[in-house]
Amino acid sequence: MSSNMNTRNTKVMNRFDVTSRLIGKLKHEEAVIGGIGNTNFDLWAAGHRPQNFYMLGSMGLAFPIALGVALAQPNRRVFALEGDGSLLMQLGSLATIATLAPRNLTMVVMDNGVYQITGAQPTPAAAVADIVAIAVASGLKSSTWAADEEDFERLIDQSMSASGPTLIGVRIDDKPGVGTTRRDPVQIRERFMHGMGVREPL
Amino acid sequence: MAIAEQATQGSSDKSWHGIVLQTLKRNEISLIPYVPDRVLTPLIKNLHADPFFTTFATAREEEAVGIVSGAWMAGRRGAVLMQTSGFATLANVLASLAVPYQIPLIMFVSERGTLGEFNYGQSLVCRTMRPVLDSLALEHHTITRLDELEFIADRSIKQAVTTQAPVALILNPLLTGGKVFDK
Repeated sequence: MSSNMNTRNTKVMNRFDVTSRLIGKLKHEEAVIGGIGNTNFDLWAAGHRPQNFYMLGSMGLAFPIALGVALAQPNRRVFALEGDGSLLMQLGSLATIATLAPRNLTMVVMDNGVYQITGAQPTPAAAVADIVAIAVASGLKSSTWAADEEDFERLIDQSMSASGPTLIGVRIDDKPGVGTTRRDPVQIRERFMHGMGVREPL
Repeated sequence: MAIAEQATQGSSDKSWHGIVLQTLKRNEISLIPYVPDRVLTPLIKNLHADPFFTTFATAREEEAVGIVSGAWMAGRRGAVLMQTSGFATLANVLASLAVPYQIPLIMFVSERGTLGEFNYGQSLVCRTMRPVLDSLALEHHTITRLDELEFIADRSIKQAVTTQAPVALILNPLLTGGKVFDK
């Protein structure tokens, strides 16, 4: 069901809290792709798992990377965490995902309206655009703003049995991430491949 | 070897695009996101028609790179098809994802901008491609001959996978006929 709620009716949440709530729900080695910067810092801080992938660049590609994982392993649930500024760089990917319509993909957009990590400058979309409405118009019919933390958890649960991809918009505060991902891309990739069950450690 | 084998196959298999398709299949590369190009059209059409492949357009080339990178890490092989001008958008994702994470990104680039280019912008953007590849020390081959295509493509794909390093296979107009001025 699509829902294009006015963001002003949504509670301002916190990225680390929301990320922790998501991680707390994962019991089946679900994949989680964390976008650049604070999004993956908070994923790291929420507790490292081998099924987590942390981007250290390539801003905007959390959803495409997650789509690739979802297409490769249709029986594994895949979550992708992305910031609003990052998503603005790859709005076209929403239509690609809507076209391929993987049922095992849940996307979360952390929307604070600013590029927090570079000095909290407002994004060009902040005052005028609605990310969830953009997602709906891109063909992702199951796109919804989370009203509060409980609603976020409910939407996450709902997405796990959905018949198509789900996007959840979360309005968040302008706090920085609470951790810092260890910036070792080869280890991140190798551990993730172990977590995906496609490789054994040496 | 190749000559005798090809003689027994359909005529499309002897074309450059038939050889690329068969080489992808033989190397179990099944996920093919692309940004289209006129020269690539027969290849894209035949990939769409073959259920072995999941073939689809993306809005940008770096999106396609993200998709095949994710797929690789989850155990499925892919390759990205694009044009020269599309490659020119990839420096950031090559330098921040494919290379540092050691992902065997396989790229087929239809080369525009040379051997009869009619658009000045295309000829300029083409000149940025090999310097970008060389600046990251990425493996790349410019394929000009039909009789070398299978060897170069097959060996390069295998090398990318085994060395966990990207490769760019540049399909030159001498191989494909390129795009010529028609209006």
